[in-house]
Amino acid sequence: MTAHIPKVRPLVLVWASLIVLTGITSAVSKIDLGEWNVVVALIIAVTKASLVAWIFMGVRYTTTLTKLFVVAGLVWLGIMLLITASDYKSRNWTYQGQPWSQTKTVGGSH
Amino acid sequence: MAETVVPVTHEPTPEETHLRHHFATPEQQMDAATLGMWTFLITEVLFFGGMFAGYAVYRGMYPDAFASTSRYMNLVLGGTNTAVLICSSLTMALSVRAAQLSKRRDLILFLILTMIFGTIFLVIKGFEYHDKWVEQLVPGFNFRYDEAIQYAHNAQILFFLYFAMTGMHALHMVVGLGLLTFLLVQANRRVFHANYFAPVEMIGLYWHFVDIVWIFLFPLLYLIGQNR
Amino acid sequence: MATIAHETPRTATPVNYLNVEHGWKSWLFTTDHKRIAVLYLVSITIMFAVGGFAAVLFRINLLTPEGLFSPEMYNRLFSLHGIIMVFFFLVPSIPATLANFLIPIMVGAKDLAFPRINLLSWYLYVIGALFAMYCVFRGGVDTGWTFYAPYSSTYSNSYVVPAVAGVFVAGFSSILTGLNFIVTVHKMRAPGMTWSRLPLFVWSNYATGLIQVLGTPVLAISLTLIALERVAHVGIFDPNIGGDPILFQHLFWFYSHPAVYIMILPGMGVISEIVSCFSRKRVFGYNFVAFSSMAIAVLSFVVWGHHMFVTGQSVYTSVAFSILSFMVAVPSAIKVFNWTATMYKGSVSFDTPMLYAFGFIGLFTIGGLTGLFLACLALDVPVHGTYFIVAHFHYVMVGGMVMAYMGGLHFWWPKMTGRMYPQVWSQISAAIIFVGFNLTFFPQFILGYLGMPRRYHAYPPEFQMLNVLSTAGSSILAVGYVIPLIYFLWSLKNGPIAGKNPWGAAGLEWQIQSPPTTYNFDDTPVVNEEAYNYGPVEEVVG
Repeated sequence: MTAHIPKVRPLVLVWASLIVLTGITSAVSKIDLGEWNVVVALIIAVTKASLVAWIFMGVRYTTTLTKLFVVAGLVWLGIMLLITASDYKSRNWTYQGQPWSQTKTVGGSH
Repeated sequence: MAETVVPVTHEPTPEETHLRHHFATPEQQMDAATLGMWTFLITEVLFFGGMFAGYAVYRGMYPDAFASTSRYMNLVLGGTNTAVLICSSLTMALSVRAAQLSKRRDLILFLILTMIFGTIFLVIKGFEYHDKWVEQLVPGFNFRYDEAIQYAHNAQILFFLYFAMTGMHALHMVVGLGLLTFLLVQANRRVFHANYFAPVEMIGLYWHFVDIVWIFLFPLLYLIGQNR
Repeated sequence: MATIAHETPRTATPVNYLNVEHGWKSWLFTTDHKRIAVLYLVSITIMFAVGGFAAVLFRINLLTPEGLFSPEMYNRLFSLHGIIMVFFFLVPSIPATLANFLIPIMVGAKDLAFPRINLLSWYLYVIGALFAMYCVFRGGVDTGWTFYAPYSSTYSNSYVVPAVAGVFVAGFSSILTGLNFIVTVHKMRAPGMTWSRLPLFVWSNYATGLIQVLGTPVLAISLTLIALERVAHVGIFDPNIGGDPILFQHLFWFYSHPAVYIMILPGMGVISEIVSCFSRKRVFGYNFVAFSSMAIAVLSFVVWGHHMFVTGQSVYTSVAFSILSFMVAVPSAIKVFNWTATMYKGSVSFDTPMLYAFGFIGLFTIGGLTGLFLACLALDVPVHGTYFIVAHFHYVMVGGMVMAYMGGLHFWWPKMTGRMYPQVWSQISAAIIFVGFNLTFFPQFILGYLGMPRRYHAYPPEFQMLNVLSTAGSSILAVGYVIPLIYFLWSLKNGPIAGKNPWGAAGLEWQIQSPPTTYNFDDTPVVNEEAYNYGPVEEVVG
């Protein structure tokens, strides 16, 4: 067996970073950044999740095949979210006249 | 052309590595287990992904109603739970390391710690659910939303998603605790050592994945709208 | 194709996977992929009979314009037919039986990567089937197989929750089968069995496995949400609180359109094997056929919205889905062209499996081309929800997948049981199925084009002639399916001994004894040739 045995130090460092990031995201949520609150919260969440996957779950030390599978899973999640969102985003678009007459009005899309 | 590349016999396979009959080598067995576990985790990503898609759609439709619910979310309990789960992930990672190094006492210690953190999480979650019931925020069973009456309808969607998502997450935690119990019994029987630790590693992957789900649930359900 | 390291010394009655152990325990606790395949074969045959029986009943109802049963009864019958046939027959049909049996052998392995998970998947299937049967005996479900909200979540007075629970559990069985195939193909291949030497049957089931793993969980969660909504009387698809029922359709079709390819890709793999064997030729354009399976698996996930053209879906999204749906026809067409090219100048014989392959190619082409009608946004609007749709997907599912399943069963039956079945009878029944199928479903294209809506228990009198034809066809079809059941059972005891390789076919599975031993190979085989090495007929490329 030639498995990678993690060292304690990086594990503890990741743990500390995760705790700190949790604190940051909680603190930032109290500041009004408009729609950016969501963006910041998600960026921090993605960072935390990546840390867990990369070090705790050892994606860093796995084969290319496993990495490919992980990426494929995320891409498929992205397909589902993006195409579904495309429907909701464009559902209330309306156009007067012909599409090429460029009188399309964008409105009501939440 | 008669040649045998991989020596395979029908003799009992090496006890030590728990090699099953249909694998040629322990490496092949470990590779298969790893790939299988990751494939399973992908299915879990898409399973939770369905609910996240629902969340995204309705948050896009009713941002104000969703934000209005944040005052009913207990940031202290949610944040504590996040920290508790992160700690459990660390002890889980240390469990895997202990198994890889054949340190049985460490393995048992870290497994117990992981289970304690997991249980703390569920207990806190239980208190939160209880609070929601008392505050009449359980859609379908016990729901009143007097303070922000214009959001009363749409906020139900958020609370439905809250219970569906955290409930499904908690269910995964319970399953995880069961798996950890299994590991603890096995570890106590000296099953795991440097040449055989696949179950610890695989269940570890599962446990970390459940942690990742919470890492997304916490900001989406608790934090968004806190600025209002 | 491959060299088996050491020839097994033959004994009078060779030990094989069927006679190595006896008693019910040896079956219910087996981890042998071949025995599990047999368990699956028996279970899905029962479910096929149940689903087929429901179909015969509602075809009888449609003999007269006013209908023979009550509307409620009719709704429950077609829902039962759809749910059973899709989730309990078509999805597991080839993967759980033929592929379960063959994939380890074809890649040169002793078993699937996770034998116990394989057994678990069968138990989950049975539990799911029991839920479905419980639902039927309590009075059935009337939502159709699609469980559309808010009807299923709020208004239906039928037993939605047990039906949904059954599909949910069977879905996990499907996920585990797919997971097992993926890992087996990646990690269990014998030395020398490179990806470019894999039989196309393995490629197509690998692609199927990817769809099962990536799609089924989304079905599971959407059905869970439906069940929760029914229990709580409120939920995220409930328009009363601002929920959007179309979201359910998005989530449902994110699985269920790719699921259509779960139901056809394995069949395409079977046809590649059969066409090659009975043309005595290498499959034309192996790489194209292999990669078209992967292309189908990927593209299948970006076309789901063509089921929603007449909902409130954004018209812009519909346009995108329409274009993408046209694209998914390309890899399917590549396969059809390559099978045809394989037969060209081959020495084609007309054994029973090949008859089914002919049926598949013709009927699947009709089903596929009418699919292009439906991918066309403007044309879909009038024919949506008519019998045109019903005819279209039955040409793909029954004319395609069931034909391939029957063909595959006839092709590998000698390997699975060690016995041959009667040639003449099997050829006659293949012809009966072909005729009965066309008589059943071709009139439905016309009915749909004339505007007869699907899922109605009654219709205007001018449609009666075509409906009677369709019902007559369905009874012929039923006879066509009963005959193989009889001669297959007969052949178990009385069929001539088949021997290792009755068809003179290439492939690892034909180089081991029939039926195979428990571990398939005495020694791990070493592969040093491509798939389908059928002699030097012609080496011309182009």
